[in-house]
Formats: sequence, structure tokens, C-alpha cells
Amino acid sequence: MNIHEYQAKALFEKFGVPVPKGAAATSPEEFINALAQLPEGPTMVKSQIHAGGRGKGTFTDGFKGGVKFCQTKHDAKEIAAKMLGNTLVTIQTGPAGRKVQTIYFTAASDIKKEYYLAILLDRASSRPVIVASTEGGVEIEKVAHDSPEKIHKVLVDPAYGLADFQVRDLITKLGLAGAEAKNAGKLIRNLYTMFWETDAAMVEVNPLITTPTGDVLALDAKVSFDANALYRHPEIVALRDLNEEDPKEIEASKFSLSYIALDGNIACLVNGAGLAMSTMDIIQHYGGTPANFLDVGGGASKDQVIAAFKIILGDKNVKGIMVNIFGGIMDCNVIATGIVEAVKEVGLKLPLVVRLEGNNVAAGKATLAASGLALVSGDNMADAAQKIVKLVAA
Amino acid sequence: MAILITPETKILIQGITGEFGARHTKLSLDYGTKVVAGVTPGKGGQFFEHAGHKIPIFNSVADAAHATGATVSAIFVPPPFAGDAILECVDAGLDLAVAITEGIPVKDMIRVKRAMQGKKTRLLGPNCPGVVTPGTGEGSKGGCRIGIAPGYIHKRGHVGVVSRSGTLTYEAVFQLTSKNIGQTTCVGIGGDPVNGTSHLDVIKLFNADPETHGIILIGEIGGNAEVEAARWIKANCKKPVAGFIAGATAPAGRRMGHAGAIVGGAEDTAAAKIAVFKECGIEVAATPSDMADALLRAAKAKGVTLS
Repeated sequence: MNIHEYQAKALFEKFGVPVPKGAAATSPEEFINALAQLPEGPTMVKSQIHAGGRGKGTFTDGFKGGVKFCQTKHDAKEIAAKMLGNTLVTIQTGPAGRKVQTIYFTAASDIKKEYYLAILLDRASSRPVIVASTEGGVEIEKVAHDSPEKIHKVLVDPAYGLADFQVRDLITKLGLAGAEAKNAGKLIRNLYTMFWETDAAMVEVNPLITTPTGDVLALDAKVSFDANALYRHPEIVALRDLNEEDPKEIEASKFSLSYIALDGNIACLVNGAGLAMSTMDIIQHYGGTPANFLDVGGGASKDQVIAAFKIILGDKNVKGIMVNIFGGIMDCNVIATGIVEAVKEVGLKLPLVVRLEGNNVAAGKATLAASGLALVSGDNMADAAQKIVKLVAA
Repeated sequence: MAILITPETKILIQGITGEFGARHTKLSLDYGTKVVAGVTPGKGGQFFEHAGHKIPIFNSVADAAHATGATVSAIFVPPPFAGDAILECVDAGLDLAVAITEGIPVKDMIRVKRAMQGKKTRLLGPNCPGVVTPGTGEGSKGGCRIGIAPGYIHKRGHVGVVSRSGTLTYEAVFQLTSKNIGQTTCVGIGGDPVNGTSHLDVIKLFNADPETHGIILIGEIGGNAEVEAARWIKANCKKPVAGFIAGATAPAGRRMGHAGAIVGGAEDTAAAKIAVFKECGIEVAATPSDMADALLRAAKAKGVTLS
């Protein structure tokens, strides 16, 4: 689960990670109150969406930059009015962009130098890893590619936690000394505590800055959480912003369906995540384009299939559907009956290819054949994929 | 010989009285698997009964193992308690813990994996379909089925299958059995970012198993486990290996930050993994329908008989 920068920074402050003074607002009326909490002078105006690349993004009305520096609070108020309610397109949002519904104002900081700092899981060692670099405020992938020696990593032993010597070593590698070193050390330790105690999946600060007065501040904050651990963090669940999520994905989650919308025109309905991914792959292999990822899980009950069809048909790009069910334990005839009833209930008009395999499959196929519906049966995944691609192209 | 488990392996079920655990315990018993104990704290002394079987339930894994000689556990307990259930297997000194549970917090698994370092217990999963060593009876009955895989799609034979994904494993096994090619053992290692046994661990076991003549290695985007296994195969494995990577069309960039890209490395996309497979002499299945055929091609090229 992702949260907004302003929410992440509130968490930072709670855990003793210094951030510039800031205030969020969701309406022009609130701009005045929010700005009143900040000191006079240079102010940053930051669009709050769940995507990176905001600074270099462009709004759909042509206005450039989702993050702006303003000399005065008065200017900040005017710029904020142009961002709020506008749709921001960045390299991470896709062409549709995201509507900006919250503006975050912060006091602009004097920057001495920018750094990069992140904490996440290192899958290879199954340990948390702290990643830091002297090259902050830029695309870190590019730094990792062009000058990997500038990326420093610290693996944390979960049995002992982050050790002081590891923090000292990292700070030395970043070239920090004196008050900066002391402040950075405290910040890194506190950020790690936050990562660990909140079950964060990733914490990224880019840039982390030093100021001419020796302070160390998190200028930006991207935080996401492990969905499996949310049950023990109601205070984090409360930060969820449904405006940032695809309504179809929210609807899907109500029926224990895992759905992700894509750009293609062949929808798929599959049981199992691995099989669902491969179904998308095989559609593309035979020249089609998948419209979605949809995993109905191990069961595929009638209600789930009906809900899945409704969600799929909510996507106006969809020109055909491929159902791929490997009924290992489930009776294929129960699944077939569910598909037939679902098709009738939603009044499906689009081409439908069904590949059914597994337990009691002969009866399942007979049910599909006897239904009188205009659905096509696929003998295996390859056959079904080729058939739906051909039907959609016709 | 098969790997990890044989038809003689005695298993216990943690969470045997839950709906999910009970359903799959019955299926395992029907398959002929030697389920000898159940564990549900607070229900020790009761029995799990099914089709003439009367399985004693214990309060702890240690009690169950001590009383029945069980060496392997299948874990069906809910996510908040699953990490603890795995540690209980480690403490009891079991050979293998198979964690079926889906949705365990990553932090719990980080701690469990650290605690398992240097201990004898091996972990499969979590979030995995389990492991099957098929038997020689009708529909491969008489084998050892631990977890949630459909038993009847298997057939006793000479191919090893290892995969992160459940249904994709069934797909591969079904293709093999449909072509009359049997399996030694089919292993689901689970789809979670922190898991116990890796692709490479299982490949090493298959390589050392004289009964296994060929291997199907199924992977997904993300992480570098498949690449690590492929490089080892190139250097050490003479057996024919077919590979498939799911997720070539999975949407990239559904994340906020960039740190994952630098920690994950350049080799975690489907295209990169497929390229490494080819470079390491693994026959790549072009589509998921091609997995068994890909292994047949690899076996033919090496002059190996699979059935």
C-alpha cells in the first residue's frame, strides 16, 4: 500500500526523521490556513499523487511541473490553484495521469548537498538493505548503471538490528563529518526504526539534503507498506487514499479477485497468479494484447466469475475474453456451470473462448456445449489463445 | 529415489482442524499419504477422522513428532501465526516444513529465515502449493502429497518439476502426464519474496537424484533466483533442463520509488531471465503450453530417455 508524501513526512516526524516544515491542503480555502503555518519566504508547492517523476511531469492543460519553487507564499498560493484538480502526467502515471486532489506546501530549504537514501528488502539475502549515495536528487537507476561505485549498501541482520558501526561506516562513505555526520547518523537510525516497526516495504528519500547550518533533512519521502502486515497497523490503513486506486481494482478486491488493468483488448480470467501471468504472455505470443491480469484464486465460484465478468466488461477497450481455468481440486463442472450462469446474467455479447482442464473436465465441457451459448472451447492454452486472438481480429 | 519426500514419509498437519487444512488432509489421506498426526494448540487428545483413518491431534509439533515419528509438517495455519508455526517445526527438529499459508508478513519471514540459519530443518514456501512424490497406483495414488496440488494429475516417473507458482506447476505436470512422462517429485517453492528453499536448492537435489532424468524449471519475473539456478546448471548439471519464465507482459513501473530497480538488478525481467536460460543451455518453452515439449527437445538433444 502506498501513501502520499505529506503522510509519509508526518510518519517521519513521529519517528524523529527531520523534514522541512510543511502543511497540506485539499481546497483553495485551505491554502490560506496551510500557508499560515509556514515561515515567510521561499515555498515549495508539491502535487500529492502516488507516482514518481512529479517535478518533471506535465499537467493535461499544458502547465508544466507538479513540484514548483516559489519566491513567496503569495506566489505559492497562485501556483497551487493551477495544480489542484488538474491532472498530472509523469513517467510513472501512464498517459492518463492522476488528478491532483491534495497540495503540500513546504518551506523551501537551503541546500548544501543532495544525497540518496532508501531502505527496502534485499531478496537475495532476505534481509533489509539500506541503500545510500552521494548522488541525490537525480535518477538513481542512472547512477547505479553509470557509476555503481557511488551506490553504498548496508545489509541489516534482523537478529541484531542496525549496528552503530554500520551507520558510521555508511556516513564515512557518504563523506559526512562533524555535525552533519551526527545528524545523519541519527536520521538513518530513526528511519530504519520506522521501516522496521511499521512493516514498510520501501522507504525512499530522494533527495536527502545537508544545509549550510549542518542540518540533515528528508526533502522528499516515498513510503509503501507490506499489504500482508496491514492487519497489525490500523493507523496506516487509515492513510489509504482510494482516489489513487483504480475503481475496478477496488471492486475486484471485494470479491477476492486480483485484477490489474492493462492497455490491450483481450480480457482474461484465470485461476492462479502464475497461470494468469502466463495467459497474458501467451495472448501476446500469438499476436494479441492482454487487457488485464485477473486471478480468481483457487476457487472460481459462480459469484466470483459473475463479478469478474462485470469488471472485465467495465473496460470499454475489451473486444474478447479468454477464460483459462485449471481446476485441480475444484470440479470443472461446477466452474462450467458458474461460467454459463455468469454469461447469461451479464448478457455477454463479446467473443468468449474457454479453456477448461482438470478434475471432471468432460462433464464441464459438456455443460458448456449444452448451454446454447456462443462460446468457443479451447483444447489447451495455446489453442485457446490462438482462437481468441483470431476472433478479436475478425 | 525422488527428492525431499518418499511415499513412506510420515507427515503431520499444523492447522488440521481448520477448514482449509482439514479439506487437504482428507485429499492427502485419499491419495495414500502417511498423515500420522495433526497439531492444533488446545485440541490435543482429540482425533481427526476420515474414511476409516483416525489421526491423533497434539498441542505441539514436538509432542506430535515425538509420539508418531513424523519428520515433515504441512502448515495451514492463518498468516498471523504461520511464522511461529514454522519456528515450532525448527525447534522440534523436523526435516522439512512446508508452509502453504498465503499472506505472511514479509518481516515475519525475514525473522524466521534468520532464525533457521544453521538449523537442520528445511523450509518450502511459504505461499506454495507444496510438494508431491507420485505413487505407482491408479491416478498416482500411494504417493506422498503435501499441500494443495491435485494428486491425480501426476504419474510416477523420472522428471523433476520446480516452480514458484501453483497452477503453472499443475499445467506442467499435466502436460507431462498427458504425454505419458512421469515425475520423480514436483516442488512448489512459493511466490513470496522471502522464502525457504530456492530454485537452486531444488535443482541441486534433482541433479543428485539418480532417478531424475530431466528437469522443468518454472520461474517468474522479479528477483534473481532463476538466474542463480541457471548459472549453476550451466556449470554443474548434465541433465536436460527446460525452462519457462512467466510475466513477459506484466506491467512494469507499478511502483512509486526506484530503489527496487537497483537492488533487484538488471536481470529480473522476463526477457533478461530468458536470455540467461538460453546462454546456460536451458531449453526455453516459448509458451506455457510448450513446457513438456521443451523438455522433450532438451532430452532428445542430450540422448536422454525421460519415460
